[in-house]
Amino acid sequence: MGVGHAHALYVHEHSIIHRLPPETKVLGVLLFVAAIAVTPREAIWAFAIYAAIEVVVVISARVPFTFVLSRLLTVVPFVLFALFLPMIGEGKDVVFVGIPLSSEGVWSMWNILAKSVLGATASILLAASTEVPDIVRGFGRLRVPAVITGIASFMIRYLEVIAGELTRMRTAMVARGYDPRWLSQARPIASSAGTLFVRSYERGERVYDAMLSRGYTGEMPAIDSHTTSAGEWAVALFLPLVAIGTAVTAFVTL
Amino acid sequence: MSNALTATDLHYAYPDGQVALTGVSFTVSPGERLALLGPNGAGKTTLAHHLNGIRRGNRGWVEVGDLRLDDGTVAEIRRRVGLVFQNADDQLFMPTVGQDVAFGPANLGIAGEHLEKVVTEALAAVGAEELVPRVPHHLSGGERRKVALATVLAMEPSVLVLDEPTSGLDPAGRRELIEVLETLPMAQLVITHDLPFALELCDRTLIMDGGRIVADGETAEILGDEALLKMHRLEMP
Amino acid sequence: MHAPDGFLTAGTAMATGAISVSTVTIALKQAKGQMTEKMVPLAGIAAAFVFAAQMFNFPVAAGTTGHLLGGALAAILLGPHVGALVVTVVVVVQALAFADGGLTALGYNVLNMAIIPAYGGYAAYSGFRRILPQGRRGVVGATGLAAGVSVIFSAAAFAIQWLFGATAPVPFDTVFGAMVGVHTMIGIGEGVISALTVGAVLSARPDLVFGASDLDRAQLEESDRAPLRVFVIASVLVTMLLATVVSQFAVDGPDGLEAVAEDTGFISSGQEHGLTDSIFADYATTGINNEGLSLAIAGAAGTIITLAVGYGLFKALRPRGKVLGH
Repeated sequence: MGVGHAHALYVHEHSIIHRLPPETKVLGVLLFVAAIAVTPREAIWAFAIYAAIEVVVVISARVPFTFVLSRLLTVVPFVLFALFLPMIGEGKDVVFVGIPLSSEGVWSMWNILAKSVLGATASILLAASTEVPDIVRGFGRLRVPAVITGIASFMIRYLEVIAGELTRMRTAMVARGYDPRWLSQARPIASSAGTLFVRSYERGERVYDAMLSRGYTGEMPAIDSHTTSAGEWAVALFLPLVAIGTAVTAFVTL
Repeated sequence: MSNALTATDLHYAYPDGQVALTGVSFTVSPGERLALLGPNGAGKTTLAHHLNGIRRGNRGWVEVGDLRLDDGTVAEIRRRVGLVFQNADDQLFMPTVGQDVAFGPANLGIAGEHLEKVVTEALAAVGAEELVPRVPHHLSGGERRKVALATVLAMEPSVLVLDEPTSGLDPAGRRELIEVLETLPMAQLVITHDLPFALELCDRTLIMDGGRIVADGETAEILGDEALLKMHRLEMP
Repeated sequence: MHAPDGFLTAGTAMATGAISVSTVTIALKQAKGQMTEKMVPLAGIAAAFVFAAQMFNFPVAAGTTGHLLGGALAAILLGPHVGALVVTVVVVVQALAFADGGLTALGYNVLNMAIIPAYGGYAAYSGFRRILPQGRRGVVGATGLAAGVSVIFSAAAFAIQWLFGATAPVPFDTVFGAMVGVHTMIGIGEGVISALTVGAVLSARPDLVFGASDLDRAQLEESDRAPLRVFVIASVLVTMLLATVVSQFAVDGPDGLEAVAEDTGFISSGQEHGLTDSIFADYATTGINNEGLSLAIAGAAGTIITLAVGYGLFKALRPRGKVLGH
């Protein structure tokens, strides 16, 4: 939860992955991550396959490995928690290098590590190969209600504008010597947040006027006209389906 | 030949009681370019909002061509009157330029290849075809202004109403905008504080103050009348 | 609090996903009715505001900083339905476009970070409004208390989900105590910032505060300098009290009854092998104490949260006198 949120993860390239229509990638990633999530943790071979798939995608998308690794830092707190599990887990029934550990804890550690890292990598690859407005368009084409994609579109459009205004307010306050260290000094910050909300809302009213002026009647118009070919779906869903097959096999053979 | 736009005795007061328009009447002929000057608070922007029906008072009326503005005609009026807002950011609300320019015509039922063509032509008219995939937030002030104009041109209006179009532009951007506006054939009503701009572009000028029109005449004449300008807090640079 | 994939079991992910989808569907319908065609741009820009506000930090103590969650604040400013919807969109886009939070974790991330704080926070707000004085001070004070409480609800909800779908042998009471304890500080910060923000909005455009739409001009004009401090302190005390009592209750306690879990059917012995990680089986074999008490706490907390969310939903579904957004 920090400033990391809004740093766009998009890596500008012209790879086969980048060129795929966004809805195919969104669905593909969702299927892939679902497969990972339901895989029993004991089927270590399955996770190796998932990792291999991700390596293939990283290479095809021409995204640098270092980029992926640096963005994976957001799961570090959860990784740390997982690493402690063998030691804090209930029931110390195993001894490793002289330290009593919980075998259940070890398995849990593995489970969380594997799934959170693989899941996060998949999300990073989606964001790295698909620009944010396209991702929103993608889930619009996946039949998510137009109101939700509409709200998401406006949010994306005005996020930088509003974040910029907030930064400017902060800069102005700092320039006047404001350096708060305690919650009790937070009033000006909250005040600026309140002002920002009002300004944002008023901007929303002006945007609504602009929409009315161009014929808005309450429903967002259908602007999208791309038809995705079966071939594009095939390319995008091939690896996720392999993953699903792997998950099912792992499930059944355990 | 009917006027491009006629405003007759427009009155308007805000919900909190503050009076904004106290009887505004004027006409715009087809293809004419008209400047609207006046001090801040004169009601110019409020007037602009009346011309396409996003504000409606309880007295007076607006006619665009042969069509009078009412509940039944408002959709068509909004197509005919292209309003370019003061702040381009309020008007460019879609994730990309292409989607923004497509918004208007899409609401009119245009779709598919025809829609793509309309978008391309509108952007070409302002010299910005290459901006289609760009994100509005990353455009310069001049580019935003041009794209905002394109979003409105895509609806094939018969009248353009522009609210402070040169504000915030650098000299080159301002020049580009003037050149574009000069190529557009439809009638134009330009609200502006930029008096040299008015002089260059518009043959006729209105001055508005206190919610009504106080002067209406040839631009050169009005801008030459120092006393008149001063009375309404205006000044030629 | 954006949990990654794998933290809770797939079954929990699906169950919370189903709850989230149903609630969002209700919220969507209600929001449309409340704000009509203006809803999409206004909610979108409000979502941008919440997203931006979450990015910035406020001081907590001695230079350490905290971040806003914003669910209760959004509900009080925009109404619980629009508030829930707005924060849901923020969380979903954060997962899909910014790789923040696992995609399979969306079910419980949306539930814990958007739905529960918005509806639960709004319910708490309504409750506090009744016992606080009418007028501006009441609104600001209730906001502070409700926002703090919403954070506790959120933490407790996650702990309860852990009870049903944990993937690690850390007992519920430990998780509950830790989550609620840690989130106390966060709750206090959230409460204070939310209260002050609503106060600022009330001063500039009181018509934009959904939760204050019952106030008339005279009530809005009250000054709130000194009383505000009082309510800020009160919010701190209430939040701390709630958190301390609740988490202590969970951590201490006599030995529990292991059999209770099996007898009452909390454990579904037909758990799909491999789909979950046999948590209850492990609880039984590894001899966790406090189990009966843990379950009692879970039941109580779960009931409170469900009641709060339900009350928030119910209250918001009733027709209102004044509606925001005309």
